[in-house]
Amino acid sequence: MIVFGVALLAACTLIGVYLGDLLGIALGVKANVGGVGIAMILLIAARIWLDRRGRLSKGVKFGVEFWAGMYIPIVVAMAAQQNVVAALTGGPIVIIAAVGSLVLCFGAVALLSRFGGRGHTGAEAAHAGAVIEGDADKIAPRREV
Amino acid sequence: MNSTGIWHGIEHVFIEQSLVAAFAVVGGLILVSNYAAKRLTNGRVHGSAIAIVLGLVLAYFGGLYTGGKKGVADIPALAGIGLMGGAMLRDFAIVATAFEVDVIEARRAGLLGVLALALGTILPFIVGTLTAVAFGYHDAVSITTIGAGAITYIVGPVTGAAIGADSTVMALSIATGVTKAVMVMVGTPLVAKLIGLDNPRSAMAYGGLMGTVSGVAGGLAATDPKLVPYGALTATFHTGIGCLVGPSVFFLTVRALVG
Repeated sequence: MIVFGVALLAACTLIGVYLGDLLGIALGVKANVGGVGIAMILLIAARIWLDRRGRLSKGVKFGVEFWAGMYIPIVVAMAAQQNVVAALTGGPIVIIAAVGSLVLCFGAVALLSRFGGRGHTGAEAAHAGAVIEGDADKIAPRREV
Repeated sequence: MNSTGIWHGIEHVFIEQSLVAAFAVVGGLILVSNYAAKRLTNGRVHGSAIAIVLGLVLAYFGGLYTGGKKGVADIPALAGIGLMGGAMLRDFAIVATAFEVDVIEARRAGLLGVLALALGTILPFIVGTLTAVAFGYHDAVSITTIGAGAITYIVGPVTGAAIGADSTVMALSIATGVTKAVMVMVGTPLVAKLIGLDNPRSAMAYGGLMGTVSGVAGGLAATDPKLVPYGALTATFHTGIGCLVGPSVFFLTVRALVG
């Protein structure tokens, strides 16, 4: 059932965010520490668990992958509500600090991505790309773990 | 019914059905962007990159028009954009992308992600603090708050509030973080090839280094959708770590240095 996929995603998100809040409190931080990341790890674990028991039905997959496919539209909506006026009128100190850290961090990505070689980009990655891009026609059947 | 009557009727529907209206508006925006990507750039630029930039442009004019802080979402008829692109659905969709993660790849890049997170917190902070000093700030509280803003626009105000920064410095700190997020969204697809951002491993490094979840989310969506979950996985820890070290280790270090 599709709703089980959506509910699984919701449960993982709620548990992850809750654990992130707890981690924040434990560390004495007024913020959620890695809640979304924990939720992602839970969802990955749930996928593997269901798959091993042969219970990863088409409906469950569809319920989750629909929301993965809504990712880009949601990001576009997120972009449309940024405080761009503040960003563009912040003055030189804002621009210099932002550009400076950006250039340095892009450089560090270039440096770090040289370590350990490149990852493989097989059929599984193509599947992931199609799902997150939201292009249903390109979604190929995935090879299960 | 005259034309103002029709307009009011449409506006009423948009306000009442805010989230549904947002789906329609964003869908239209992406349709136009994909068409422009195909026809005007011959497919060289990703349709979603154009859509994100278009979203930012609309946010700019929305902000000018309403004087608010939430771009087009401050226009009543487009308030649904605020819900659709807000933190709740954004995080929900980000978690959903994890369903597509190649576990072996992610695990292999784990250490790289940790290293990236450390650098992604320290480097922007140093740049931010040096900029603050160059512009004449001499007290540890202001320097730390502006430096923390260069980490992300959440770390900035959280740190500032914790160490008691004044509101102009807080505003500057938030503006720095927002500017960085916007630049990451726009800049990533432009430099992706140059920095080797084309595989899960470099995406995890990128997520940890850039940090800002909205910047990373937008930047990777515009570059290569299949890399999204890897970047998001590390980026999501970035703000929390920044909020942890900003008011503590970083503030104490700055205070020790400037006295």
